[in-house]
Amino acid sequence: MKNSTYAACVAASALMFATPVLADATAEGIAKYREALAEGNPAELWEMRGEELWKEARGPKKATLEKCDLGQGPGVVKGAFVTLPRHFADTNRVQDLESRLLTCMETLQGIPADEVAKTPFGKGEQKNIEALVAWISAESRGMKFNLPMAHPEEKRMYEIGKRAFNYRGGTHDFGCVTCHGEDGKRIRLQDLPNLTKGPDAARGFGSWPAYRVSSGELWSMQRRLNDCFRQQRFPYPVYGSDVTIALSSYLGVTANGAGESTAPAIKR
Amino acid sequence: MNIRIRQGAVALAVMAALATVAGCAGTGASTVSSADYDKDAAAVMAASFREQGIVKTDRLTQDEVMVACSKFGHSLDDELRERFQAAALAEVKWPSDGKYLGDWKEGEKIAQSGRGLTWTDKADAANGGNCYNCHRITKKEISYGTIGPSLYQYGKVHGNTETTQKYVWAKIWNPNAYSACTNMPRFGTHGILDEKQIRHIVALLLDPKSPVNAE
Repeated sequence: MKNSTYAACVAASALMFATPVLADATAEGIAKYREALAEGNPAELWEMRGEELWKEARGPKKATLEKCDLGQGPGVVKGAFVTLPRHFADTNRVQDLESRLLTCMETLQGIPADEVAKTPFGKGEQKNIEALVAWISAESRGMKFNLPMAHPEEKRMYEIGKRAFNYRGGTHDFGCVTCHGEDGKRIRLQDLPNLTKGPDAARGFGSWPAYRVSSGELWSMQRRLNDCFRQQRFPYPVYGSDVTIALSSYLGVTANGAGESTAPAIKR
Repeated sequence: MNIRIRQGAVALAVMAALATVAGCAGTGASTVSSADYDKDAAAVMAASFREQGIVKTDRLTQDEVMVACSKFGHSLDDELRERFQAAALAEVKWPSDGKYLGDWKEGEKIAQSGRGLTWTDKADAANGGNCYNCHRITKKEISYGTIGPSLYQYGKVHGNTETTQKYVWAKIWNPNAYSACTNMPRFGTHGILDEKQIRHIVALLLDPKSPVNAE
């Protein structure tokens, strides 16, 4: 139903704006459509389930996640999302939201992190991760990105992420930078944020996790990055691997102070 | 003798360990150089990916051009630019029968298709050219990207001469021939498209009957 509305909107925009000079108007049409959709963003369903999951005693240890430290102290969820990835003393690693959740699920609930990391997106415990990231990100909605950079490991991951972003390879010579290194570009009708600049980085990075109309799924940032690499014709990035965390560090730090988090947003 | 070598090796290992500790403790943070981060990034790239479907981890292996383009992007220096462009032009494989123009209708299909070479594609599936993802090509197709320039009316503007045909052929085979570190893939060099497919795309752009030029 929503797919067909979208198709109709794109088709209508297409008819009205058939020349390239009016491409902006096409983008505007799509933006209006997104705005209309956002009023009833189905991501809310994931958010509600995520809050329940946080408070539910689960796993071999039959414990909740209420003592999970996302960087603001045990159990503090509000404001945590806009400071991730960051360094955690207990694991001595820079972690993004998802790798941090794996740590909490393993230590508090006894759910093996390796097994969750190996589970395909949209299945089993990964479904629970989707709900959790939806709720946790929603608790920072409207806040500006403010990732810490004081720890040398945070600086190191930012620098690695910057290099990973610019890393061109594979059959097509693609890198993140190919599509996200310039202002005002599109793939087909899809606007591409220039992720090397603050406002666009906040807009782009700050909208994931997001509900995807085209598939009716909620995609986490790990899943978003995974599909970017697939389209780049790169091999498969391991869930929670350092390249994924480093990229989020680079994008998040670039977004620092430049804009507010809108996640979980709604996407085509 | 052997013992002395071993002692030397131990001393080196200790020094390396100390350097690592210093880095971890943060005391050496200001001394971490860009080259150190380059090394760390290479290690992270090598450790973070696994094979899936038809895609093996050798996709991460970079040739000299990829290394330089990753590092310098569009601000590549003139010396490298000229060397890469000359090398790219020299390795273009020209059509075996001397014919550059195929069937524009087939070219349109290839330009529309974004299939091929991802881990969700099959090994025997025909690859697309992904052209519309980045270029405006025909008037009719309004769902086009803007990463590359508009190619609408390309043949009408540039003429369907042998010079243009050769230029377009080489540009598709290895676009670094004219613009080192371009965003465009090396379709011929990397075997994304074969000779026959490239011929069809050249026709799409240059054939006067193609909608690129006729509409």
